[in-house]
Amino acid sequence: MKKIISIACLFAAAALLAGCPKKATTVEPPVAGSQVPGAGGTSGADTGSTTTSPLGGDAGTMGGGPGGGPNASVGRIIYFDFDKSDIRPEFAAVISGNAQFLAAHPGAKLKLEGNTDERGTREYNIGLGERRAQAVRRALMLQGASENQLTTVSFGAERPAVEGDDEAAWAKNRRVELVYGP
Amino acid sequence: MNKVFFSLLLMACLGLSQARSAEFVVEVTRGQDNAIPIAIVPFVDAGTADVDVAQVVSNDLARSGRFKAMDRKDMVEKPHTGASITYDDWRRLGNDYVVVGLMTAQGSDRYNISFELYNVLNHQRLLGFQISANRPGLRLASHQIADMIFDKITGIRGAFATRIAYVSVSGSVPNRSYRLLVADADGENPHVVMQSNEPLMSPAWSPDGQNLAYVSFEHRLPTVYVQYLKTGERHVVSAKAGVNQAPAWSPDGRKLALTLSTRDGNLDVYVLDLATDGLTRITDDPAIDTEPQWSKDGQSLYFTSDRAGGPQIYKVGLQPGDKPRRLTFQGNYNARPRVSPDESQLAFVTQEEGAYRIAVMDLRGRGDVQVLTKGQFDVSPSYAPNGAMIIYASRDRGRGVLALVTPDARVQERLESSEGEVQEPAWSPF
Repeated sequence: MKKIISIACLFAAAALLAGCPKKATTVEPPVAGSQVPGAGGTSGADTGSTTTSPLGGDAGTMGGGPGGGPNASVGRIIYFDFDKSDIRPEFAAVISGNAQFLAAHPGAKLKLEGNTDERGTREYNIGLGERRAQAVRRALMLQGASENQLTTVSFGAERPAVEGDDEAAWAKNRRVELVYGP
Repeated sequence: MNKVFFSLLLMACLGLSQARSAEFVVEVTRGQDNAIPIAIVPFVDAGTADVDVAQVVSNDLARSGRFKAMDRKDMVEKPHTGASITYDDWRRLGNDYVVVGLMTAQGSDRYNISFELYNVLNHQRLLGFQISANRPGLRLASHQIADMIFDKITGIRGAFATRIAYVSVSGSVPNRSYRLLVADADGENPHVVMQSNEPLMSPAWSPDGQNLAYVSFEHRLPTVYVQYLKTGERHVVSAKAGVNQAPAWSPDGRKLALTLSTRDGNLDVYVLDLATDGLTRITDDPAIDTEPQWSKDGQSLYFTSDRAGGPQIYKVGLQPGDKPRRLTFQGNYNARPRVSPDESQLAFVTQEEGAYRIAVMDLRGRGDVQVLTKGQFDVSPSYAPNGAMIIYASRDRGRGVLALVTPDARVQERLESSEGEVQEPAWSPF
């Protein structure tokens, strides 16, 4: 009981900090936590030595390796020019490295998260982010990834990688992140 | 013991859902030269109310840009009934109108507010009303008084007793937290409708003002929800594979226009019947088609499309075979249309000198375009339900803020928020 009270006090203190309610007509919001499947490829979730499994080997099943994607030496982010969705030549290795991995691990799943910089309208930017994710999807499929391994999502300008109102920040935000997951 | 525990818990719950009050400070960056001078004399009150009704009325009228409200420090007398007004004095101080009133307590939680509006020049009594309100209703009553005065003098229905929905983002990348809030039109009484660690965007009011549609990425995929504001209950209206975006209510509230995508990522505009879940595809083009908005008669949609290269605004009828017609031709970037309440005008985002600004286009005459704002990142315009003001999202010293502009650009204001990034304002219906 003591414990419950102290937890309640903690909540009450948090409530006071948040500014106490003046009236009792508040709406209880459904608070959503973000459940992020497979903590994201950008942090280099390296699964070790499963990068070059032989073709026709462990295909099909999700036994260990494929969930985390290729070795961390293969990049997981592709950057874009302003208002463009073409993949610049410098990212050819990112495409081929990930495509090879996907071809070798048919059970592996990859989510392509398209993003834009903050300029422009929010919903149109969702369209641009989707266009970038689709460009990466097509490039991966051309190099051996299969359609059912790939999904896309566009966050538009809503999930910047870097804050700031300048070209340096914008360049880091115009990107597609490759996220391996279940 | 249980009682104490319960009340503490209750406090905690309420605390979480009530955001800090007074989130905004209004700063008039450009006023109107011919604003009407008016004096709102402090109402005599029982001394127990925590809302200064006359001050709220005065702030509302001043914020509209159409009135110049006299500072109460400059008032030489403070009458509270018409009989005690010395008209010559008020005229000498340059006022055209004067409002007097008094407030009396009716028990512990109820107040009676009576007020009168007088024309200083001809001593005519233009309004005289009595309003009863409980303590939490005092701000609303004040806004309603401002609405009546505004309506009487300008002939335009007041929109002070309305609300705005907006998104507030706090925290630093990558630990950002997103909140969807609804506040009074003056920024007071903010309430959290939804919060998430993943983006929330595109709030849209149902025509009856009871529901908000919005996009939430809480499962790391876009989902369109409709939430009933009174209870907080919500339900999924669109969670298809791919894009689910840009909800817009039809004028009768029965349908939502949406942006959905095919498997290969082609965004098009659809109409969803909320009762039957029936889906009708409206556009079919390999370009990005998005940001739909209904015409007033519910027979067509305005939307953004980059089918001609850059984004431009189009209009399409909803009958099968109707072809989209392009409306904007000036500049390379015109997007996110919003229709004025009388559909005489379209507000949208345009690119000018590398900056994004709010522009309006005349829909009745020759389609003249006027750029209203001067910022670098002005987006997300939304009309007040009386059409007299446009609220939009701007940036100030690297922070997202809300700003206001009249459709003739004569009045510009900024709402200074005390915390976080504020974006995507949506003005409620009446």
